[in-house]
Amino acid sequence: MKKNIEIRWHGRGGQGAKTAALLLADVAFSTGMHVQGFPEYGPERMGAPITAYNRIGESPIRVHSNIYEPDYVVVVDETLLHSVDVTKGLSKSGGIIINTTKSKEEILPLLNGYEGNVYTIDAHYVSMQTLGRYFPNSPMLAAIVKVADIMDQEVFLSHMEASYQHKFAKKPEVIEGNMNALKMAFQEVK
Amino acid sequence: MSIRERMSGNEAVAHAIKQINPDVMPAFPITPSTEIPQMVSSFIANGEIDTEFIPVESEHSSMSATMGANAAGARALTATSSCGLAYMWELLYVAASDRLPVVLALVNRALTGPININCDHSDSMGARDAGWIQIYAENNQEAYDNFIQAFRIAEHPDVRLPLMACQDGFITSHAVENIELIEDDKVKEFVGEYKPENYLLNPDMPMAVGPYANSPFYMETKMNQRLAMENAKKVILEVAEEFEKMSGRKYGFFEEYKLDDADYAIVIIGSAAGTTKDAVDELREQGIKAGLLKIRVFRPFPGEAIANALKNVKAIAIMDRAESFSACGGPIGSELKAALFDLRITSTVVNYFYGIGGRDYTVAEAKAVYQDLINYVSGTADVENFKYIGLRK
Repeated sequence: MKKNIEIRWHGRGGQGAKTAALLLADVAFSTGMHVQGFPEYGPERMGAPITAYNRIGESPIRVHSNIYEPDYVVVVDETLLHSVDVTKGLSKSGGIIINTTKSKEEILPLLNGYEGNVYTIDAHYVSMQTLGRYFPNSPMLAAIVKVADIMDQEVFLSHMEASYQHKFAKKPEVIEGNMNALKMAFQEVK
Repeated sequence: MSIRERMSGNEAVAHAIKQINPDVMPAFPITPSTEIPQMVSSFIANGEIDTEFIPVESEHSSMSATMGANAAGARALTATSSCGLAYMWELLYVAASDRLPVVLALVNRALTGPININCDHSDSMGARDAGWIQIYAENNQEAYDNFIQAFRIAEHPDVRLPLMACQDGFITSHAVENIELIEDDKVKEFVGEYKPENYLLNPDMPMAVGPYANSPFYMETKMNQRLAMENAKKVILEVAEEFEKMSGRKYGFFEEYKLDDADYAIVIIGSAAGTTKDAVDELREQGIKAGLLKIRVFRPFPGEAIANALKNVKAIAIMDRAESFSACGGPIGSELKAALFDLRITSTVVNYFYGIGGRDYTVAEAKAVYQDLINYVSGTADVENFKYIGLRK
């Protein structure tokens, strides 16, 4: 058994992949786990490919390197599939979650022969339905929590509500939308 | 009871600053240390602390203002990284020779050439001869704990030297991890009030700070700085002992990890120590006697103690995260080899360079270093004096 779950996030600067990784660390911490959430910085600019990482486990985490053999990969922007080898090192017993309108069958040829589980979610649709604007990180966060079975979904939702209340103390009107985005994402990830 | 939290290394240092509530913090932003003054200014704006924040136009000025405030009698600190530290260079020496116990939160980042925002130790290692105490952290917890001990060490009457509390840029500064915080009142009591013996704003005892000192006095100034560094060794250990009583967390000049019976040792500084510990555990499971010595205090350099701790190992890898371009070894490599020589320790010693400019350092690479040492000792490979880890082919 692996000691920790390791997750690699692929996104583009400005889409919130780093924020999602930090939120995941936050919520996993709240349920008593040991966590690590960190970004890998290349050129800091809007639209550039960025990577962020999570380690989550029962015991203290000492390693401070990037993750090369993740259990799960989350792709926040599907256009990266053409330029970044997102399944590199990805465990076959884990899986990849891709934000896309395409079906699994359409996505598979873009995954360099990856043989593990493939999950898709249209985070754009979820975000527009619940928030009226495109913020893919909340739906992608819920998707990874469900797919990797990181914690009970109700526990996750209650901790996220507390976290949003803190984060959006000055914008309480967006809390409900974000909570709905999480709940809808649980249903929409396939 | 300690407080379970999760935060990044930068947040941890900012939190320590909030608990200490220093008098003055001048600062100029530079990646990856920018968050520290940014968070402290938020604490001030929210009325949580009454530190005087001085926004300045450069790091030359941030260090000058920190020193000025400290000379006037205030507890003062600043934060910086990389080129920011380079721009303070002139003042680093002045702070040390004026015996100003200022504290600098240094978030280690490569120096420019080519430009690079990621971690290595070339900034602080370049400043190693400036007369500052240097303490390094492996993770957010140590960054926090070291910062709480910093003023006690720097301000001690037998020391009165500036102190750099270093952590690895991005690797710990921007990584959110679990941490145990200490209650505000305990931190305040531990750090105490700053009561300098002499200071500029004392009308009862007028004084000058930083006067001209030509050849009749300059050398004595330097000798006194050296004595203060010697004294710092004792004070660092005393403060660590008191800190352990408060927090339960033990600190010294360095940490030994499974070194007692080790045949093969890596000597390293900073976040890479944690990665190496995982490698040690994996090798121990295979019956290989691997061990680690993580240097916490690099200035003053506890050379004799480190050499003694290594005296029974068969081979040592000294790992530098900075080049010195002496073409003869890196900063830790050169100094530790000298210390080993003083004790007539003739183990096989190889100086490695890793992680420069943020090049990742992995558990697999740490294991490969131990394998090198095994090969050298068994005679299946010729010993190389210097090696780079993870170079592109």
